[in-house]
Amino acid sequence: MNIYLPIAEVSVNVFLLLALGGGVGILSGLFGVGGGFLITPLLIFIGIPPAVAVATGTNQVAAASFSGVLTHWRRRTVDLKMGGVLLAGGLVGSAIGVQIFAWLRRLGHVEIFVSLCYVVFLGVVGGLMLAESIQARRRTRRGTVRRVRRHNWVHGLPLKMRFRQSNLYISAIPPFMVGLLVGVLAAVMGVGGGFIMVPAMIYILGMATSVVVGTSLFQILFVAAFTTLMHAILNQTVDALLAIVLIVGGVIGAQVGARLGPRLRAEELRIALSLLVLVVCLKLGFDLVRPPAELFSLAGAE
Amino acid sequence: MRALRLVLAMALALLPLRAAGEEVVAGLSQTRVSITTWFAGSEIFIYGAVKRAAPPPEGPPLDVVVAVMGPLTPVTVRRKSRELGVWVNGPGLHIDAAPSFYAVATTRPFRDVLSWTDDLRHRVGLDQVIRLIDAPLWSEGSRDDYLDAVVRLRRAQGAYYEHIGGVTVREETLFETRIELPAQLVEGDYTARIFLTRGGAVIDHFETSIAVRKVGIEYWVDTMAREQSAIYGTLSIVVALIAGWAASAAFRVIFP
Repeated sequence: MNIYLPIAEVSVNVFLLLALGGGVGILSGLFGVGGGFLITPLLIFIGIPPAVAVATGTNQVAAASFSGVLTHWRRRTVDLKMGGVLLAGGLVGSAIGVQIFAWLRRLGHVEIFVSLCYVVFLGVVGGLMLAESIQARRRTRRGTVRRVRRHNWVHGLPLKMRFRQSNLYISAIPPFMVGLLVGVLAAVMGVGGGFIMVPAMIYILGMATSVVVGTSLFQILFVAAFTTLMHAILNQTVDALLAIVLIVGGVIGAQVGARLGPRLRAEELRIALSLLVLVVCLKLGFDLVRPPAELFSLAGAE
Repeated sequence: MRALRLVLAMALALLPLRAAGEEVVAGLSQTRVSITTWFAGSEIFIYGAVKRAAPPPEGPPLDVVVAVMGPLTPVTVRRKSRELGVWVNGPGLHIDAAPSFYAVATTRPFRDVLSWTDDLRHRVGLDQVIRLIDAPLWSEGSRDDYLDAVVRLRRAQGAYYEHIGGVTVREETLFETRIELPAQLVEGDYTARIFLTRGGAVIDHFETSIAVRKVGIEYWVDTMAREQSAIYGTLSIVVALIAGWAASAAFRVIFP
């Protein structure tokens, strides 16, 4: 059963869209990633114009993350204070990122930069996370107690704040910087940045995995809502019909994910996320190196 | 006065020629296509007859060419190139206006029914679509490669096609064809042109338009997104939040 999308001006299968939204929604609820790095390429793959895919993808991410945040909120696994600091950094970062993007576009190397950014970040994040979580799993198997709090340079900074839910007493500077860095990358790469944010919260800030997911979703919700609004006003590329179908799948998926999360072991969850990130990385990397069958491509007006 | 007499004389001289010639009279099954939510493509039935005063002339048979063209839209063509060992999109050639849809149906193989010169004059064939494309001057590589790519890619998408033998002519007088409009249809005014040819030369042609319009939800969403984009954007977010909340609430009730 096909549905005609008014803004994208293409006709696509409804069930395919529902499945797509649902699948990405599960990942969103499970890992705390928005899923933008998955849904946008998938939408483009099924024939949605890229501009519409990017803008409508953010709308779906907003819905899925709100659905997930509510569940985590009730479970008290959202650190509002931490989320607020990350968000503040994120807003500053995305303002800088938009400038960098415009500058790269003037230089004419934006495509190659964004593609390499994707591969490098997905590869590094996925690889580190996989190595660490396999180690952690081995440690828990052997029964050795893992050091809960690692004291590193992060703990020597001023402006200390107490983050009750995260059980942390650290300077506000590292979370702000993490938010800023993710904001820059998100604006340049056109994604929410959850897949960078989640590992950064675990490994740099030392937050507990249980709080990370909810807090990350809280941050992503605002970023995604803001981006959707900007796209709707500046580019008019948000397709409401496409968004609704994706959202219906997405919010249900996010609920399934958020409920599935606590039943899985934290290390295994991290191994799964890192494998997912690595698979996407390999696919993108392979596409960059492989000689394309068709050299030309068509895009709508810029 | 002399000029008037000249015009009159010329008109009189042309009159018998015109009367001896053949004229096309055509109709369309529909001149309006509505795009609804469940729109899955449409088919336009184009039919007509040849009006003539004298019996059909001897010589080459009568042929009919039908061309349907969608609204002109801008498009950017990019070519991938190898940079630092990876394949990336190069600078794009921006084309101001290319037909979003183009279908040609003929009675026999294209070159048999329409000569090069008449094809060039009336811009009918799929090869000529490229000439309709209003592309700017371009310094990076050969421009024709990019323009060829537009036709090739659009053909692969099914947006451009040729249907040889798609028009049937009966007794040198009646003709009919069906033009498939795909589900991926762009809104706008489509033109349908019908050419009557003999021995590759165009005898007469007829042009009409088909209005393709979004209706219902499609129309409402499209108009609102363009005209009240701030409200539209806010509404999109509100819908997203309500849906997120509804799913969360529903799951809490169903799976406490």
